[in-house]
Amino acid sequence: MSLEKFMNEAISPWMKEEGPDSDIVMSSRIRLARNFEDIPFPIIANKDELEEILAMMKNNFQQKSFKNYHDLEFVKMIDLKTIEKRVLVEKHLISPHLAEKSDLGAVLISENEQVSIMVNEEDHLRVQLYFPGFQLEQALEHAFEMDDWLEEKIDFAFDENRGYLTSCPTNVGTGLRASVMMHLPALAITQKINRMIPAINQLGLVVRGIYGEGSEALGNIFQISNQVTLGRSENDIINDLKSVVQKLIEQERKARQMLGDQRAVQLEDRIFRSYGVLEHSRIIESKETAKCLSDVRLGIDMGYITNVSRTILNELMILTQPGFLQQYAKESLSPQDRDVLRASLIRERLNLENSY
Amino acid sequence: MECQECHERPATLHFTKVINGDKTEIHVCEQCAKEKGYVSYEEEAYSLHDLLSGLFNFESSSLNEQKQSSFTPEKTLKCSKCGMTYEEFTHVGKFGCASCYHTFSDRLNPIFRRVHSGNTTHDGKIPKRKGTDIHQRKQLLDLKKELQQLIKNEEFEKAAHTRDEIKALERHLNHDQGEGEW
Repeated sequence: MSLEKFMNEAISPWMKEEGPDSDIVMSSRIRLARNFEDIPFPIIANKDELEEILAMMKNNFQQKSFKNYHDLEFVKMIDLKTIEKRVLVEKHLISPHLAEKSDLGAVLISENEQVSIMVNEEDHLRVQLYFPGFQLEQALEHAFEMDDWLEEKIDFAFDENRGYLTSCPTNVGTGLRASVMMHLPALAITQKINRMIPAINQLGLVVRGIYGEGSEALGNIFQISNQVTLGRSENDIINDLKSVVQKLIEQERKARQMLGDQRAVQLEDRIFRSYGVLEHSRIIESKETAKCLSDVRLGIDMGYITNVSRTILNELMILTQPGFLQQYAKESLSPQDRDVLRASLIRERLNLENSY
Repeated sequence: MECQECHERPATLHFTKVINGDKTEIHVCEQCAKEKGYVSYEEEAYSLHDLLSGLFNFESSSLNEQKQSSFTPEKTLKCSKCGMTYEEFTHVGKFGCASCYHTFSDRLNPIFRRVHSGNTTHDGKIPKRKGTDIHQRKQLLDLKKELQQLIKNEEFEKAAHTRDEIKALERHLNHDQGEGEW
């Protein structure tokens, strides 16, 4: 099974390209929720109905290619080990909901891992498309084409007044969730982000930390996404999000410059301490890892550290997650053992960088 | 402040427990909070659900008040396609199938308004294949608006042209419908 390639590489092929504003925006994502017209939603559908959807998706789309998204791999949740599902969650290719609650769930993943279509999650289909950096429009354009391509074979549940019908009322209409993953260390260090979040919320957008629990942002990585899906066009939704993200980029750049101008020594100290921790620790928790990675990445972006590649944050953030560590070790590990393995993996990875 | 459970990590969750009037202050780190059961693992999912059912409850309680005043017993609304009742819908916060949207249609606007900052009607992508009719109806609406505007502006020549377009489109739509009945 070529599932292995999804398992072994922490960083998806598309992440290796640098998109626009990639010093701050790590990725842009478009998600469309779609349902089959004549089949009850997964929450209430019976086994036969869910199997019907699985078969339909498999027969029509397995190993098919669309644009530059090649050879869609069809993977059923039931065929995966817990750790394998966890790895796919950590790579954001499937949702925790699909991994944990959807026995008859499946996913179609393109070879470059840029597209994943979750089947029988909360909705029959959740089409996800990632782009590196800040590229919401391109992502939406491709997602629309993808949607049309799927529609050639599927009758979607659609109502003239309510739009695309979804299981949860929070997704009805466009079924669109557009989100942008941002690294905002300077806004976090200067504590500006806390004052900005309520303002962003008032614009109908949601800010949350990813990787962290609740609202805490591990590694200063924030996800900004739209909440409203009904009554606004996809382009309007994207434009709102875009303008807020642009503001955040501006503010983050300003804060970085301010830190560099006024607190250069403190900043440099912080960056190199974190670098030292990553280079030398023997035991490290994921929280500390995330903090240090964020500092090091900031150090790279601001030119303090020159011998480490920028993708290190994206890559090590995923590689040091519990699922990935255990996949790497090929066994389940206690939290203590994970902390040891995490430290050694990070040291190894940084040494690789330095030897170039 | 350090976590009172592990005495290692800093306490990030602070709250006061009150049992029979006895106050206890709790200061724990996230990890211990989870391990000792101070917070639930699925906090996020739970709170979203909570929020939603809160919306629905508000909706049904205001309905009940109306009902009480007129003394009419509440009829159970049930989706004929998937069997979900309105009550179940408000409880789980999820529709059972596409038909539920029609079945519960009368009660959905207040919910949508609250979730989608006041909006109740879709204004976005329309399916290509299935939506040709809808596309044309939307086009028809747009043309009618345009016609009104043209008449207002006394641009009668253009108005006549738009009127012809409307007629042609209407003929086309009616024709399609006629075919559909066969």
